[in-house]
Amino acid sequence: MSSLSRDDVAKLAGLARIEMSEEELVSLASQFGMILDAVARVQDVDLEGVAPTSHPQPIRNVFREDVVHPSLTPEQALSGAPAQEEQRFRVPQILGEAE
Amino acid sequence: MSEALAKGEVTSTQLTQAHLDRIKDVDPAVKAFLHVDTDGALEQAARVDADRSAGKTLHPLAGIPLALKDVLTQEGVPTTAGSKILQGWKPQYDSTVVSKIKNAGIVIVGKTNMDEFAMGSSTENSAYGPTFNPWDLTRTPGGSSGGSAAAVSAFEAPLAIGSDTGGSIRQPAALTGIVGVRPTYGAVSRYGLIAYSSSLDQAGPFGRTVLDTALLHDVMAGHDPKDATSINGAFPDVVAAARKRDVKGMKIGVIKQLQGEGYQSGVQARFDESLQVLASLGAQIVEVDCPSFEYALAAYYLIAPSECSSNLARFDAMRYGLRVGDSDGASAESVMNATRNAGFGHEVKRRIILGTYALSSGYYDAYYGSAQKIRTLIIQDYAKAFAQADVLVSPTAPTTAFKIGEKSNDPIAMYLGDVATIPVNLAGICGMSLPAGLADEDNLPVGFQIMAPAMQDARLYQVGSALEAALVSQWGGHLISKAPALGGSK
Repeated sequence: MSSLSRDDVAKLAGLARIEMSEEELVSLASQFGMILDAVARVQDVDLEGVAPTSHPQPIRNVFREDVVHPSLTPEQALSGAPAQEEQRFRVPQILGEAE
Repeated sequence: MSEALAKGEVTSTQLTQAHLDRIKDVDPAVKAFLHVDTDGALEQAARVDADRSAGKTLHPLAGIPLALKDVLTQEGVPTTAGSKILQGWKPQYDSTVVSKIKNAGIVIVGKTNMDEFAMGSSTENSAYGPTFNPWDLTRTPGGSSGGSAAAVSAFEAPLAIGSDTGGSIRQPAALTGIVGVRPTYGAVSRYGLIAYSSSLDQAGPFGRTVLDTALLHDVMAGHDPKDATSINGAFPDVVAAARKRDVKGMKIGVIKQLQGEGYQSGVQARFDESLQVLASLGAQIVEVDCPSFEYALAAYYLIAPSECSSNLARFDAMRYGLRVGDSDGASAESVMNATRNAGFGHEVKRRIILGTYALSSGYYDAYYGSAQKIRTLIIQDYAKAFAQADVLVSPTAPTTAFKIGEKSNDPIAMYLGDVATIPVNLAGICGMSLPAGLADEDNLPVGFQIMAPAMQDARLYQVGSALEAALVSQWGGHLISKAPALGGSK
């Protein structure tokens, strides 16, 4: 039986950049053992010498001509922005120190 | 409808208005739509009517209404993918699928409900509430394209578009008694399709008949330079195949692993009867063995969450969509954390966390790496099976439509509903579900699944149209005509 503690889930949530409530962390941790047991069945098969498949199509290196195509105007590009300033996306501060 | 339009017996404006009225009548009970684009639909209909009066040559589907899954972008029309994180977002561009259907003169009446980011099998994971099955409003229409399937089943639109990552077109088609096709991976452009699991996602058509579905499939498919995984080659003529209705001499393989135990008795009974019908039409039925399919579900629930944990990283509250906690001095990281908590629903978080775990160092080989190798074994099983048969068949889903809430607290039970549809996605091939009748025990629709090799989508339509013609003559009409009447008038 696999299991994951509340703290393990909290660490994964941090890596995935999702702040979770205590209740959600506990509930996810309690379901995780069951889910991991179900998916761990992939380890029951002898996979020695089997090549992995990452993609169903045997397509490689699709190139296109290096020509300029029409694209969005700055107004269009910014039309869904949560906040903007001087024709730019305004974002919260990305460095640790205060302003 | 197409003929009546061509003959001038009805205009697209009248047809579109009739469907908008029907939506007004029944959608408060079915809840198939997240957004109805009344003005946009009537404008497009008027344009098609004007072109027809001017004597222009039009596509057979020009002027026909269509319901679009809210996972495909349509310029200027709200697109949410069933998530709060995209509430109010209006895309700046059309997905390639939308450009193609607009160019064919098809009228998009609105955007349909879905499990958030297509993660689910019941449409209960939508942030905007569930969709109800028109056959029985206490049950789910399946998912994740449940809104699209319910819209077609409830006569709110004759055509719809969904997307299928693990069965999200075929399973709701089965549960609502209509036809749904997942085309070969790479046959339909993913440009503008909001990504869940990029190596599995594929958009496809819903219709009430195999021929309607083929006509829409034909509009959607084709090479697109904007999607690097789009196939650049000759596409099969699915419309001609749907008119062929002939299975004489074809070999049809029944997959041993996708029947029997775990399948509802009424589902198995309708499936077995359909096989007899195909045999009576001159097909040869053989049994094929696909031993690795036993591990397909486990592999899928590692690969799809892994890809989604990466794909959904784009919802970072910076350039579009929801932003929460952006007060003075808040860091970008804390805003991301708060936004993704508020914007994602429970199932989406569960899959992101599972994917993050499966990809983390120390676990990668055991989980994601093993799943990718299982994927290879499934492709090999299919290759062997298709050496013995032209198409493979199974029931589409192990059960008929289940009650709302029945499985929502049991993720494993919910995931098991995808057991027969997932192998197609892992191998990148194509599959169809079409109605096989009603299960005796609950009088609900059962789906019959047909699978064909990559780029052999025409075989689905050839076999599907033959089976459909035989069943419809047996029933004295299409299965959908047996659906209970909903509030409004048809």
